[in-house]
Amino acid sequence: MVSRGLFYFVTAALFLAGILLVAYQKITFDVPFTPNVKNHVWTVEARVEFEPVIGQTTEVLLSLPAIQPGFTQLEQITASLGYGVSYVSRDGSNYVYWTKRNPHGLQTLYYKADMLRDNEAIASSMTVPPLSENVEPEPYATALREIATIAMEHSADPYSFATQVINEISEKNETTALLLSKYKKSELIVTILNLGSVHARTIGVLNLNERRNQKLTSKVAVFKNNEYKIFDPDDGHTGLKKNQLIWIDNDNALLDIKGGTNAQVSFTTLHQSVSAISTGIRKAKLNMASGSEMPTFSLSALPVEEQNLFQNVLLLPIGVLIVVFLRIIIGIKTSGTFMPVLIAMSFLQTSLIVGLIGFISIVGVGLIVRSWLSHLNLLLVARISAVIITVIAIIGFISFFTYKIGLTEGVKVTFFPMIILSWTIERMSILWEEEGYKEVLKQGGGSLFVAVCAYLSMSSIYIQHLTFNFLGLQLILLSLVLLMGNYTGFRLSELKRFRPLCIQINEENQGEKEADRLKNELKELKSDPHNVYRKWKQDAHKDILDHLENSEDKSKEQPK
Amino acid sequence: MILDAIISTLKERYASPFEMVSDGIMGMNQRNVNYIGRYNKRNLFPLVDNKLLTKDIAMKHKVNTPSLIGVVSNQQDIKKVVTTLGTHTEFCIKPAHGSGGKGILVIKDRLNDSFIKTSGQAISEHDLQRHLTNILAGLFSLGGKADIALIEELIHFDNVFSGYSYDGVPDTRVIVFQGFPVMCMMRLSTKDSDGKANLHQGAVGVGICVRTGRAVRAVQHNEPIHLHPDTDKNLLELKVPHWLEVLKLASSCYDMSGLGYIGTDIVLDRDKGPMLLELNARPGLAIQICNNAGLLPRLRLIEALTKKHRLTLEERVAFSMQHFGIYKDSL
Repeated sequence: MVSRGLFYFVTAALFLAGILLVAYQKITFDVPFTPNVKNHVWTVEARVEFEPVIGQTTEVLLSLPAIQPGFTQLEQITASLGYGVSYVSRDGSNYVYWTKRNPHGLQTLYYKADMLRDNEAIASSMTVPPLSENVEPEPYATALREIATIAMEHSADPYSFATQVINEISEKNETTALLLSKYKKSELIVTILNLGSVHARTIGVLNLNERRNQKLTSKVAVFKNNEYKIFDPDDGHTGLKKNQLIWIDNDNALLDIKGGTNAQVSFTTLHQSVSAISTGIRKAKLNMASGSEMPTFSLSALPVEEQNLFQNVLLLPIGVLIVVFLRIIIGIKTSGTFMPVLIAMSFLQTSLIVGLIGFISIVGVGLIVRSWLSHLNLLLVARISAVIITVIAIIGFISFFTYKIGLTEGVKVTFFPMIILSWTIERMSILWEEEGYKEVLKQGGGSLFVAVCAYLSMSSIYIQHLTFNFLGLQLILLSLVLLMGNYTGFRLSELKRFRPLCIQINEENQGEKEADRLKNELKELKSDPHNVYRKWKQDAHKDILDHLENSEDKSKEQPK
Repeated sequence: MILDAIISTLKERYASPFEMVSDGIMGMNQRNVNYIGRYNKRNLFPLVDNKLLTKDIAMKHKVNTPSLIGVVSNQQDIKKVVTTLGTHTEFCIKPAHGSGGKGILVIKDRLNDSFIKTSGQAISEHDLQRHLTNILAGLFSLGGKADIALIEELIHFDNVFSGYSYDGVPDTRVIVFQGFPVMCMMRLSTKDSDGKANLHQGAVGVGICVRTGRAVRAVQHNEPIHLHPDTDKNLLELKVPHWLEVLKLASSCYDMSGLGYIGTDIVLDRDKGPMLLELNARPGLAIQICNNAGLLPRLRLIEALTKKHRLTLEERVAFSMQHFGIYKDSL
């Protein structure tokens, strides 16, 4: 016998391992606890087109999407026939670097990235830009200073300064007209901000909205110490919308090309709703050092067909747990220990109502046929085989009949486990003969009740989601089953069974209860095992002598 | 309001588990885990489930049991069954793995070539052989496994029990824990129970005082009764004769089987006294209802007893009689 301590240790270890496994999957792969959680993934494609200069080698350097809060880049690929591709990192920014020695004709290069909208992403590659020295020629310098002075007077901090600058520029007057004829609006704002000793830079933002041939729009990032806010140069709105992706967050150009002319970049964006589980895994893979494989403990790596199979198999422990609970804690009688689980599994295929009707009619007809078979005094194997064939015939009949009258649902009764049903019929029939129909109804009803309970829990999409995605749950279930196997308390049915006994013990033993007397004796024994034992043994000897005398007396009496 | 109603209906239907614990009532889970699981070794179960093995060890340990006339274990034996029977005119055929009295054929006399059943019906030798074939084929055994048939001497009931049983064997069930008789009852069949001694089918259970062998109370369908429903005999006057021998016989089953927690079924033969009919390694809990007492306090007292293996059989029986009796008078 294994000691209790070890048992509890193993159970606790299993439980803990299960919890840890669930936590690991939750934390590392961000698997959601509820089903149907979707994540938004934007596929952004940058298309670079240019005409190569004949006889020159071509080098193309394209800026890649910036690292930014709100987005995590999952994957990136390039499509560029005959080009050497490498990803390079320079000054904290990333580029794709295409090279080819002798390109001919119009060249088209593709870069594609999957960006996951991710509220947990907080990293940023944005750095605080230096203030640029003001070396603007006149009369622009004066105009710039003028706007800066006005805006500075009306503002309190870098952000309000930026708002004022944008306001001033938006006013249509000679000064702004002059400036805008030379500078782009966003550059102009940055220059003026720098005049007021505020750090700022232009950034390129891509609108994510399922459109083709988009260009980056320019925005201005205004810095206050290490924080920044993004301003729209046209209307002064701050912040980014959820579907705006910062592509360039440094002062470099989007595209840098050598050996090519008429280059242009256009973007296409595409929205996808992807299950949170797969994006979680893709994201986790990204976080790892390349080369090493992280165990996912997930079955989504399997082919879809096997996944479906496993989904059902992994539900079985839930059904089993319910059977164990209902039998050990509640005390429901079932015919066949795990028959109800198998019936519940077939309910999953047939739907509950059809399943119940099918089950009752098959078992009912089967019992009638079986009662006739029992008159024939057949041997067991032959009898069961006959029942199996009968069950198949009944199932065939039900599906045929229901199909003919237009109830296609009825065809699903073929999902019932026929061998199990045959054994159920056999057992119930024997029970009927031995214990009467009441017991059959009790056990049959109990089995159905357990089956329905198991079905209800197994058909819940939440439970299906949890069992399929968190394999650690199986360990937790195992530990629960072990724990219940160790339960020595009363079953609910016993509280009912022994109620009359309980009442009668209290009624009839008004004085000293036997249980109390024996408890006192137990206490006495435990307090002084040695002497009490000796005393009791002596008492026993006295009795033995008495018995001997009695029997001698009797044998003396008898001859008379 | 609703909560009160729920609680009161619950109280009406279910006993309080705390009360049951304080009364020492044993539940199924407790029995399975702490007594059967702990004290009955799995490898000893066949000794109990196979009546032939039970009989073998009983004879080896000189435990009184109905003597074996012959064993029929294959088809060839069936043909020779008349030779096996020899001069015995009354006997009983039972399957070794039968349960609940199934497949038992009792012959009380032989007339020329036919056999007379207890009902008075005469059957031919061919009928007898067919019954044996059925037993061998496993018609009466659990799970339909091939079985063997035992032919035993017939038991003649002690006359003290006449009128206490409607039909069938009135047997005494003694729960023996580690060699100590713990609780006893008699099961009397009724018309309701169809001559079977199963309590949940309507047989009468009579709790028996361990000290005196006298009836404590009688129960049918969980309700106390005083008179046998079919014979109107006062059940509370029942007293098992040879009580000391019954207990000693029951007690010796522990030494012989090695099973710590067993139910022993004992019948009283008119001439040969108490005899072991069969053992049960999973005795039921209804005995508590018949005795109006829980098993646990008695079992715990024995569990707490140190050096119990040094006690002799007589000492163990005397201990049980002193501690678990209901009536104070001696035998």
